[in-house]
Amino acid sequence: MRLKSLMLGACSLIAMAGFAQAETLTIATVNNGDMVRMQKLADDFKAKNPDIDLQWVVLEENVLRQRVTTDIATKGGQYDIMTIGTYEVPIWAKQGWLLPLDKLTADQSYDVDDLLPPIRSGLTYEDKLYAAPFYGESSFVMYRKDLFEQAGLTMPDAPTWDFVGEAARKLTDKSKEMYGICLRGKAGWGENMALLTAMSNSFGARWFDESWKPQFDQPEWKETLEYYVNLMKEAGPPGASSNGFNENLALFQTGKCAMWIDATVAASFVSDPKESQVADKVAFALAPDKGLGKRGNWLWAWTLAIPAGSQKTEAAEKFINWATSKDYLNLVASKDGWLNVPPGTRTSLYENQEYLKVAPFAKMTLDSINSADPTKPTVKPVPYVGVQFVAIPEFQGLGTAVGQQFSAALAGQVSVDQALQNAQQLSEREMMKGGYIK
Amino acid sequence: MARAITTRRKVTFTIIGWLVGFVIFFPILWTILTSFKTEGEAIASPPHFLFFDWTLQSYFDVQSRSNYFKHVMNSVVISFGSTLIGLAIAIPAAWAMAFSPTKRTKDVLMWMLSTKMLPPVGVLVPIYLLFRDWGLLDTRLGLVIVLTMINLPIIVWMLYTYFKEIPGEILEASRMDGASLAKEIIYVLTPMAVPGIASTLLLNIILAWNEAFWTLNLSAANAAPLTAFIASYSSPEGLFWAKLSAASTLAIAPILILGWFSQRQLVRGLTFGAVK
Amino acid sequence: MATLRTRSAARLMMTPAVLTLFVWMIVPLAMTLYFSLLRYNLLMPGMEEWAGTLNYRYFLTDPAFGAALVNTLLLVGGVLLITIVGGTLLALLLDQPFFGQGIVRLLVIAPFFVMPTVSALVWKNMLMHPVYGIFAWIARLFGLQPVDWLANLPLFSVTMIVAWQWLPFATLILLTALQSLDEEQKEAAEMDGAGPISRFIYIVLPHLARAMTVVVLIETIFLLSVFAEILVTTNGGPGYESTNITYLVYAQALLQFDVGGASAGGIVAVILANIVAIFLIRLIGKNLEA
Repeated sequence: MRLKSLMLGACSLIAMAGFAQAETLTIATVNNGDMVRMQKLADDFKAKNPDIDLQWVVLEENVLRQRVTTDIATKGGQYDIMTIGTYEVPIWAKQGWLLPLDKLTADQSYDVDDLLPPIRSGLTYEDKLYAAPFYGESSFVMYRKDLFEQAGLTMPDAPTWDFVGEAARKLTDKSKEMYGICLRGKAGWGENMALLTAMSNSFGARWFDESWKPQFDQPEWKETLEYYVNLMKEAGPPGASSNGFNENLALFQTGKCAMWIDATVAASFVSDPKESQVADKVAFALAPDKGLGKRGNWLWAWTLAIPAGSQKTEAAEKFINWATSKDYLNLVASKDGWLNVPPGTRTSLYENQEYLKVAPFAKMTLDSINSADPTKPTVKPVPYVGVQFVAIPEFQGLGTAVGQQFSAALAGQVSVDQALQNAQQLSEREMMKGGYIK
Repeated sequence: MARAITTRRKVTFTIIGWLVGFVIFFPILWTILTSFKTEGEAIASPPHFLFFDWTLQSYFDVQSRSNYFKHVMNSVVISFGSTLIGLAIAIPAAWAMAFSPTKRTKDVLMWMLSTKMLPPVGVLVPIYLLFRDWGLLDTRLGLVIVLTMINLPIIVWMLYTYFKEIPGEILEASRMDGASLAKEIIYVLTPMAVPGIASTLLLNIILAWNEAFWTLNLSAANAAPLTAFIASYSSPEGLFWAKLSAASTLAIAPILILGWFSQRQLVRGLTFGAVK
Repeated sequence: MATLRTRSAARLMMTPAVLTLFVWMIVPLAMTLYFSLLRYNLLMPGMEEWAGTLNYRYFLTDPAFGAALVNTLLLVGGVLLITIVGGTLLALLLDQPFFGQGIVRLLVIAPFFVMPTVSALVWKNMLMHPVYGIFAWIARLFGLQPVDWLANLPLFSVTMIVAWQWLPFATLILLTALQSLDEEQKEAAEMDGAGPISRFIYIVLPHLARAMTVVVLIETIFLLSVFAEILVTTNGGPGYESTNITYLVYAQALLQFDVGGASAGGIVAVILANIVAIFLIRLIGKNLEA
């Protein structure tokens, strides 16, 4: 305690020494390209708000998540603005850890109604917006139109899993390091489980029934996992069980995958001729379905939020307004071109002709986002919110543990049945410990 | 006379030695080479070893994004600070254990080492809560304290084993001359102990420099050392190999150069009593 | 009389170290022990309640626990084996005079200066990746099928990465010990007509025993808490193939944010580590005496 008051004393001395009127915002964010650009463009914000200084903490996703979660849960107060995902927002809002962005929603020029409805609803708790979306994504199929043409195949705009499987097997030529399909396999709730949970939705599976009973013993899950494991065995790259987003991106960009089902933000990476060897040969299609009325696409957004205890809420809200506004999109477009604006948050972007001209994947992205429904993710009713995750605190650990089982099935170390049985057991344990089921 | 070394033997060992050295160093060499490639080139397969378009682009990118020197300064302050404080606490203790051992000295040493066995993740939350209450989160002071404590057992042990090999007769002699305890330490013991202290210092700077759990979890913006600098380049969405390699090269360089220049000092005391 | 004075002086000198370490140990340990008996999840504040042995029950009956225990021992044992054998060979090599010996020595000790996360990332993606890694490229040069390291040999791969980082440490200690070996002793043995192998077994090896003991002890302490390498490369998978106890505690603490469960796991890990330590000291402590 004494130490703290000493430190506080020292701090206030420093503060009085000259920075008295300049407020410093500490912003924690992910090291993805769009956020890095935001950091670079922040001079524009500082020019408009000379009384606010910005301090950046840029970290990789997993480290950032640990840091901000520990901080907000213990009320450490180290950050004024946090970058969090759609998984955290409803859980944290429920705890009262986030400040509702009332000023933002009231601001006419911010035009909150312009936000894409599925994204906005995921960030709303009890009719209040708790976080502003910085960029949003769904998932879809990226494929090589040159290879499809050569093989005499035509990818429909809305393919089925059957077609995808057939095409993948046909396009595989392992002796030439050509693989029909690349899918995530690295264990993790945000890695292979994002893909598999979204995929299972289109097969009609669900994590829990209405009374929170785990459902891995149901035939839908078996069908999903069997399909995935067989497909990857026959048409996937070696080492698939340790591939995540980046590994697959590298494979696709170097021309080793004919198809890749992953985040829509990947579209701008694979279309960038500076990084991608296949930039002019890529086309896009909606995530596959099984004829059950749901597609295997997810919904995610990185958002900016203010911790409830922050002393600098006014300045923080100003910054969030700047970073998620329409003007920010224009600013990025004027500096780095329309292809580089953060996608997936505003309807107006998808009506902007200039954007549509440079981004052939824009319509697919919008359709994918709009077709995802976090409150009704799958065919049967569920007690939870979230498409490729379950918005309960236990999910990060449980999702990763289940992901390990599925990744083991992919690596061939356990059978599909065994993996599902283990997953069921793990989930039952966790649900029991959490008091969801008796 | 029997040890005349034939040239052929020397050449053979030269070849083997360089081959082994190259293999062990290869991952680092590869990182350095990759830092001069473009992102596309970095994942080229088959890999390009030397014949690619060398570029400094990644270094420019890294420099424009982060304040490298601030992170270096934090790393320097934290690793040197914790090591110096650790030495200040450990030298008297190790001296006492070496020259005035009791039956329990060994147990005390073993107990000290055993404090390192609690996995850091298990105590993160307690420490975080304490640091929050004491206002130590994201301060260099806080990180210095933590790193001092986690490396103290190693410091004590290393010094103890080194001190123990200093012959006691010299101390007896100085005592006969009527030297006081303070003089004994300053004029007799210190000069003899310097090599041991120097290598302890170096080893602990290396350990503190590379400590990535506490430094990452207890810092935010102000005290963040190079481990946090690395964490801002690893695994973003998109290709990052060249940039990560550049950042890694920058993060490793200071400590690698320090280590290389001082390796003789490092080795001299790095015995942990293993040499009789 | 002098002894009495030095005794109390000695005690005084040890006080700061012992006291600070004691506080550093006992405060977190006590808090951890207390938390381990609570139902306490960071993400659900206000719900803390007495849980008795619930957390321990769940941690110990976790299906991953048994595998993690075995993996921890295999990982520590494997790294020790590689670093001791490899370190001895390297030390013998570096003890020979050859051209550029100093530079080779610098190359060999370099891995020790690399941060664990960096080396794990480099190994995983640039060396071990079955499509664009260097190992795969070498395998294809010889017309072989590239090995899928992290999927098929996950624990072995992690062991390799960690061993690479610790090899320099073992080499340096063993080299210092080797160089302190009496030249005369070696020469005498040579004159007696002892071959290089018997010279190694009867003279060099016994001389190195102490140094090896030291390497084992120090490395074990660090290796028991390895987890950054696992997190970066395999996430403990596939299945539980590369999950160790520390990783299990990590999953509780920073994925679940289950402070109660992580604390119980931490306590279990301390107990296990101490069992290993006692065992080690019994087994090799003799070497450290005198």
